[in-house]
Amino acid sequence: MTESKEPVLRVDNICKILGGKKILRSVSFSLQRGELKVLIGPSGAGKSTLLQCINFLIPPDKGHVWLEGTEIQSRRKRDLYAFRQQVGMIFQDFNLFDHLNALENVAISLRKVKKMNRQAARDRAVAELERVGLGDKLGLFPAELSGGQKQRVSIARALAMDPKIMLLDEPTSALDPELIGEVLSVIRDLARGGMTMVLATHQIGFTRTLADEVLFMENGSIIERGLPEELLSPNSGTRSRDFCSRLDELYAENE
Amino acid sequence: MHNTFSVVFEALPYLLKGALVTSGIVIGAMGIGLVLGIHMAVGQVYGNRTVRWLVGLYVWFFRGVPVLVLLFLFYFGLFTLAGLNLSAFAASTLVLGMTTAAYQSQIFRGAILSLPKGQLQAARALGMSDINAIINIILPQALRFSIPGWSNEYSIILKDSALAFVLGTSEIMARSHFVASRTYQDLPLYITAGCLYFILTWLGVRALLKLEAKVRIPGYSH
Repeated sequence: MTESKEPVLRVDNICKILGGKKILRSVSFSLQRGELKVLIGPSGAGKSTLLQCINFLIPPDKGHVWLEGTEIQSRRKRDLYAFRQQVGMIFQDFNLFDHLNALENVAISLRKVKKMNRQAARDRAVAELERVGLGDKLGLFPAELSGGQKQRVSIARALAMDPKIMLLDEPTSALDPELIGEVLSVIRDLARGGMTMVLATHQIGFTRTLADEVLFMENGSIIERGLPEELLSPNSGTRSRDFCSRLDELYAENE
Repeated sequence: MHNTFSVVFEALPYLLKGALVTSGIVIGAMGIGLVLGIHMAVGQVYGNRTVRWLVGLYVWFFRGVPVLVLLFLFYFGLFTLAGLNLSAFAASTLVLGMTTAAYQSQIFRGAILSLPKGQLQAARALGMSDINAIINIILPQALRFSIPGWSNEYSIILKDSALAFVLGTSEIMARSHFVASRTYQDLPLYITAGCLYFILTWLGVRALLKLEAKVRIPGYSH
């Protein structure tokens, strides 16, 4: 991924202070089409805040975001809503709509945001849920689904909007170990299918095999960046490697 | 001479008409309270400072003044001042409606605040406007969780509606008082009035319990 085409997403000089604490200190990066960038780093490094600043769920204090060469004017509501439709977001704790079944969770934004009719929205929602392996769970409500299933519904919900990029905020961190695999395999399929993504995760094995670039964050800055094999190799001597080996000690990984 | 049973028996159709009037006041007031209360709750949770301040002031006023005072204040004072020529029924309904709106807004506000924050985030991330998210995501859940509190409020307003008597609304209490003062059978008549209120409370609360079960989210428990 070294072609110097125009990036799909460019994030420049994002700064955010929350409660008097500098959470993000001038973070910049860009994303080429089909690229998967993985954000790693200790808790509190600012990964989550960064992802939420990109689609303005948390308004950054400073900085600019470009989607396909156009800078997002987040103060213009119309522009902001149109931008967010093109940026799928996956949350650590799923954030499904509790009063809607799996099908309606996916269909509601198609109907209310994309103004599709009921039947078209339903057909699309069914297709997306089948794609994440939940074709037989359409009528179940969030409270009736396992964590892994919930996260797959939320991925289907994001995909149904035909996003140009996806932001994934520790999508497996709230899952029981035995459910992580089913979600990772969906994300792996997306990566192989050419989806452009930024993924914050602690899944180092997954990062090694699939990341096009690793961004290591600490104290609100990206302090190291590079190919996973460079940054994470045993004798690279990087801060990233040090962090990962401590994670490896914590979780006996089976990627 | 009046026989106790025959008095109650003969007065019953008259009192039941009063029960209809009472029901009208309560349904009207609860309806007004529902519509106003939802708007006020949304305003208080998501509105700007001015909106929050105005709603706070409204709630503070209607919760702070006795219903009886409010009825007199509006019927003999403010409505007249505003050039409104309302019937006693309309005035009672409106005043009780405005009063319950203050309480209902706090029921809805509590329900909205109890929802996990992430759902609004998720709706925004999908490109929904805040209004869209409030209507399609927040309120359908908040209103479900409000039913127990709302049913409580219903039973309170039903009993407060007896105060409409003082404006001359011919509801249960007014009619019972009228018959009692002419027949001197106070005890049986007020027992009958009490029973009518009890039955209306029971019917309403039961209906709301059914509604609660009907709209319950499958698999959801606290």
